[in-house]
Amino acid sequence: MPYRRENYTNREDMKEEETREMPEEIDHEKSRDIVVPGEILAKGKEILPGEGTRREGEEIVSSRFGLLDKTDRLVKVIPLSGAYIPRAGNTVIGQIVDVNFNGWNIDVLSSYQAFLPVMECFGYINKKDLTEVYDFNEILVVKIRAVKPRSIELTMKEKGLKKLEGGMLIKVNSARVPRIIGKAGSMVKTIKDETNCNIIVGQNGLVWIKGERVEDEIIAKKAIEIISEKPFEVGLTEKVKEFLEKNKKK
Amino acid sequence: MEISTVMKKRIEEIISKEKRIDDRELIESRELEIEIGISSKAEGSAQVKLGDTEVLAGIKLDLVEPFRDSPDAGVLTVNAELSPLASDRFESGPPGVKTIELARLIDRGLRNSECIDFKKLCVKKGEKVWSLAVDIYPINDAGNLIDASAIASIAALSVAVFPEVKEDKVQYGELTNKKIPFTNLPITVTVYKVDGKFIIDPTTEEEDASVARVTFTFTYPNEDLHSMQKVGDELSEDELIEMEEIALKEGKRLNTKITGLLKKA
Repeated sequence: MPYRRENYTNREDMKEEETREMPEEIDHEKSRDIVVPGEILAKGKEILPGEGTRREGEEIVSSRFGLLDKTDRLVKVIPLSGAYIPRAGNTVIGQIVDVNFNGWNIDVLSSYQAFLPVMECFGYINKKDLTEVYDFNEILVVKIRAVKPRSIELTMKEKGLKKLEGGMLIKVNSARVPRIIGKAGSMVKTIKDETNCNIIVGQNGLVWIKGERVEDEIIAKKAIEIISEKPFEVGLTEKVKEFLEKNKKK
Repeated sequence: MEISTVMKKRIEEIISKEKRIDDRELIESRELEIEIGISSKAEGSAQVKLGDTEVLAGIKLDLVEPFRDSPDAGVLTVNAELSPLASDRFESGPPGVKTIELARLIDRGLRNSECIDFKKLCVKKGEKVWSLAVDIYPINDAGNLIDASAIASIAALSVAVFPEVKEDKVQYGELTNKKIPFTNLPITVTVYKVDGKFIIDPTTEEEDASVARVTFTFTYPNEDLHSMQKVGDELSEDELIEMEEIALKEGKRLNTKITGLLKKA
């Protein structure tokens, strides 16, 4: 039975997920091999299979398409493409697709629909009409509380989780999210400062942008598209800065 | 996933300012690319890229018995398949409303424009005629599937050739040099109405935000209108006339563009 990380939720895991929100900056000086699913990455019991890999007997095999990251004891694959895999502790943006008697069904771009129960929301909620609180096709910033084999449970009981009003929503590949955020949020901060927009990046690849003017939002959207199209280019931060400077003068 | 309330509002706001979300003009289509002969099994095939929208079309020929009411005319069938590969909104299974509508729209454009000479597809009156099957497979749906599919099918038809026939049987895989009787390109243009303004070649989001759309098929240089299909809210007479003018003008540009691309390919 392969080790399935997505079904694994305990405190330690949550802690690790929080650090995952600060994504690793890709070192451009070091060239990395591109691997495909099924490729044998390492041999030996002493090496641990990390994210995007699995153990098959003695061998560690890639289960995703991406860049190989190999250290002495750990092998992992930084994905270049693919669908979003939900993890407990991730902050995502979701859209209401159904309203039930005790909560909302939310699309978070994963293979299963997520569920936000009334219990997990703040304040008084009139249970007779839940659409008064969150209506169809509205978008929310939510946190994934737990990932179960056939369902995803969400929560709103945390700071910064809210319904998003106004602005625009764009979709990028979830594998590009670490690049959009940048080291300790540097990339997204650059875009925020230059365009005067408020930006929320969900781990699932949905990005919400709201500025004072629609034109600012479009510039921010384009900057994010540049990052998501060429995430592994050398000197990307400079390129984005240059693009923003050029558009600022207009 | 359907369009979110905030995004719909933003798109309406941007279009009401006569701008587009991807920096285009209201009446400006995305870049068009046509690749011909991509399938070795089909008698004619084409792949069309309209921005991020990608459509594959193939033509298969077969010898069949004609319909009783038209013993000397060939048969045309247009079939579309919206596979889940193209968009997360498509489900596998029996064809839905969207699939049937797409195939019917292309079919009507081809049939009513009389660009195919069905009489020339007759081999022996009342016994054997050629049947043309146009198959449309969208690879990626990023909006404006109707126009992209129409371009793909006319591109495939314009390069389709008859297969070899031996003893009344079609020898598949062996092609002749004889082209099928397809002459005038029927050009399909769909005009969308968003927030009181008219746009062409929408992205998926703009399609979602639109309240009505009208599909026109023209042939050039006579500028004949062959088919028209309206979906959505009611339109006034002036609006419909304006939409037709937009489509006619855009179709003219598209006609020259497609003819040029087909000559090059």
